[in-house]
Amino acid sequence: MSKQINVALIGNPNTGKTSVFNALTGLNQKVGNYPGITVEKKEGICKLPRGVKAHIIDLPGTYSLNASSLDENVVIELLLNRNDKDFPDVAVVVSDVENLKRNLLIFTQIKDLEIPTLLVINMADRMDYKGISLDIDYLEEHLNTKIALISTRKNTGIDNLKHLIANYKDISVTPCINASEIDKTYFENLRKAFPNQLIYKLWLVITQDVNFGKTDRKQIEAVDDFKTKSKADLKRLQQKETIKRYQFINNVLKLGQTIDVSQAKDLRSRLDRVLTHKIWGYLIFFVILLTIFQAIYDWSSIPQDFIDSMFTSLSQWTKDILPQGAFTNLLAEGIIPGLGGIVIFIPQIAFLFLFIAVLEESGYMSRVVFLMDRVMRRFGLSGKSVVPLISGTACAIPAIMATRNIESWKERLITILVTPFITCAARLPVYLIIISLVIPDSRFMGLLSYQALTLMLLYLIGFLTAVSSAYILNKILKIKSKTYFVVEMPNYKLPMFKNVAITVIEKTKSFVFGAGKIILAISIILWFLASYGPGEQFNNAENIVKTEYISQNLSNELLQQKIASHKLEHSFIGITGRAIEPSIRPLGYDWKIGIAIVSSFAAREVFVGTLATIYSVGSDDVDTITNRMSKEINPITGGPLFNFASGISLLLFYAFAMQCMSTLAVVKRETNSWKWPTLQLVIMTAFAYIVALIAFQLLK
Amino acid sequence: MQDTLAHLKRGERGIITDVSSIHIPLKLLEMGCLPGNSVELVQLAPFHDPMYLNINGTHLAIRKETAAHILIDKVTL
Repeated sequence: MSKQINVALIGNPNTGKTSVFNALTGLNQKVGNYPGITVEKKEGICKLPRGVKAHIIDLPGTYSLNASSLDENVVIELLLNRNDKDFPDVAVVVSDVENLKRNLLIFTQIKDLEIPTLLVINMADRMDYKGISLDIDYLEEHLNTKIALISTRKNTGIDNLKHLIANYKDISVTPCINASEIDKTYFENLRKAFPNQLIYKLWLVITQDVNFGKTDRKQIEAVDDFKTKSKADLKRLQQKETIKRYQFINNVLKLGQTIDVSQAKDLRSRLDRVLTHKIWGYLIFFVILLTIFQAIYDWSSIPQDFIDSMFTSLSQWTKDILPQGAFTNLLAEGIIPGLGGIVIFIPQIAFLFLFIAVLEESGYMSRVVFLMDRVMRRFGLSGKSVVPLISGTACAIPAIMATRNIESWKERLITILVTPFITCAARLPVYLIIISLVIPDSRFMGLLSYQALTLMLLYLIGFLTAVSSAYILNKILKIKSKTYFVVEMPNYKLPMFKNVAITVIEKTKSFVFGAGKIILAISIILWFLASYGPGEQFNNAENIVKTEYISQNLSNELLQQKIASHKLEHSFIGITGRAIEPSIRPLGYDWKIGIAIVSSFAAREVFVGTLATIYSVGSDDVDTITNRMSKEINPITGGPLFNFASGISLLLFYAFAMQCMSTLAVVKRETNSWKWPTLQLVIMTAFAYIVALIAFQLLK
Repeated sequence: MQDTLAHLKRGERGIITDVSSIHIPLKLLEMGCLPGNSVELVQLAPFHDPMYLNINGTHLAIRKETAAHILIDKVTL
């Protein structure tokens, strides 16, 4: 078997790097994490001519090798470590035709590391439109490289790119410039002290705050001469280096690129005049948000109803078709209802990811960041917090990972801490089912449905709580951090169908499978705990109940029901549930809800599945979960268990409580400490308990 | 007094003269905010902050406090 070629895709954000990745690999890709950190690692396989295969990594977007975030660290750590199994045989720098100059900065840096480097110029189809023409031969000669001019949108030039990757050995590794000229004596000393090392690599090791296998760095610091430079001096040298690189780039582009400005038709400025306008900008943003929510609820309800009834019939069908026994019960009462609880909200999640992907791809998201920065800063957040807060309506986990490009640590930390208040997709099934039980299905002034209004109110509560806790945290937290803010405003683009589709499929898949595993495990455990119990009360339930009701002459059906509920009460889960019941009774819940809440700490959406499992155990008729819940009776009052007071109390509890292990794990990784996730868990949950308590006591 | 980027009004242009302040992030220089480059104010958010700039063809937004450290010469059209 021939060796695989390792290829690393590198480039600025918003240059269509991911499009190139998708064009090369298609669906032949997987998204994982770099070990120990939550930076997404996208890799895929690309078939090259003559049976050669390339292993392609899509590295996080970065403007240079001077890393200022976790994502960017990944790029430079890989490029400096020749022993890494993913160390590229060839680096492919992806630029778009409009921002060639800016992308050449990182290109020249990588060349200095003496790695074979290819240049891809994407969006070639826009050249005429923008009045740009390039002298490819001239550029190839002066940049010591090969250039692939491609268009992922029109699907041109991809074969040439594959050809160039396959022949990477022909690419020159001569650097473009001599970085050591920025301080000759300093670099000369460096060279003398480490004659076997690449000089530019040493320079990067000195200037970066990156983990390179500690020894490297210590070696350098052990030599006296290199301590003498202060941080400010180093930064000045970095500035000098950047200026020097741009001088080189400008000289090359002077002859290699011509831009006829009169040819450029400027859609951008016309769109920006409206979309970033002081009044229209905000109005349009608000309308877009409204449209998204409206669309999600309207469009999702049809597939959701279908999925719901499908799972109910599946349960029934399993019971009919399989022989009676423990396994059938586990399947029909534990696993199927549990899974139904998650599958039902695939449509909503997919729609949310779809909208977020479109907003990102089109370049609109940056405008929102621009519009919202000033407002968000009043609350200790950054304009860039808007992206996590919006993605938080899908799921807090990707949202928290999206905080990485917030430069100020304080603003980033606050964003991470408040994001879980945003109503995520996992709360939806809980909200929807409780709302349908306790809020009347009628319309306010014959127009707006009360149920929809309640749902909107819950989203609003989530958002307002997030923002006001940010305000409080901003006052409390004494963290000094540099607060600069640089955000690129990319050109507007029509989102590419392929990119959006892949994002939606990948994200939905990982979300569903991630949650699905937890739910499956919990459903099985719960079913066992609910189906078995210790001692006489459980094992002899039939006789006990029969003796108790012997005088009342109950119908057989009613008797069976009594037996089933007696069994459930004395099963393992019933015993646990009743042990915690005193602490949740003031909130208006019974022990079954208590169990559902406890299991929800794994993930909120487990709530519905848990109740589905608990209510299914022992009952022979298969009914939708909503019907079953509405039949539950509160043993104390004799009224329905899910009434207005207990319903509102439950809704508020779920709005505020921190019930998601995965989010806590991500917060731990992103903040690198147990302190913050622990605080989130304790404070949010305590707050939820108090609010739910007050609500129930006032309403009952 | 020397003009800074923060003094720019909408539609005005300038030439960047000095970016040596320690308060200017390296990332900004890497995106093309360098002496000799032209800069145009594209749009302002309410309260003059943040500022949406076009620096030599790169469009980006920065906060006013950072802009105040970037020295420029205004260009009269």
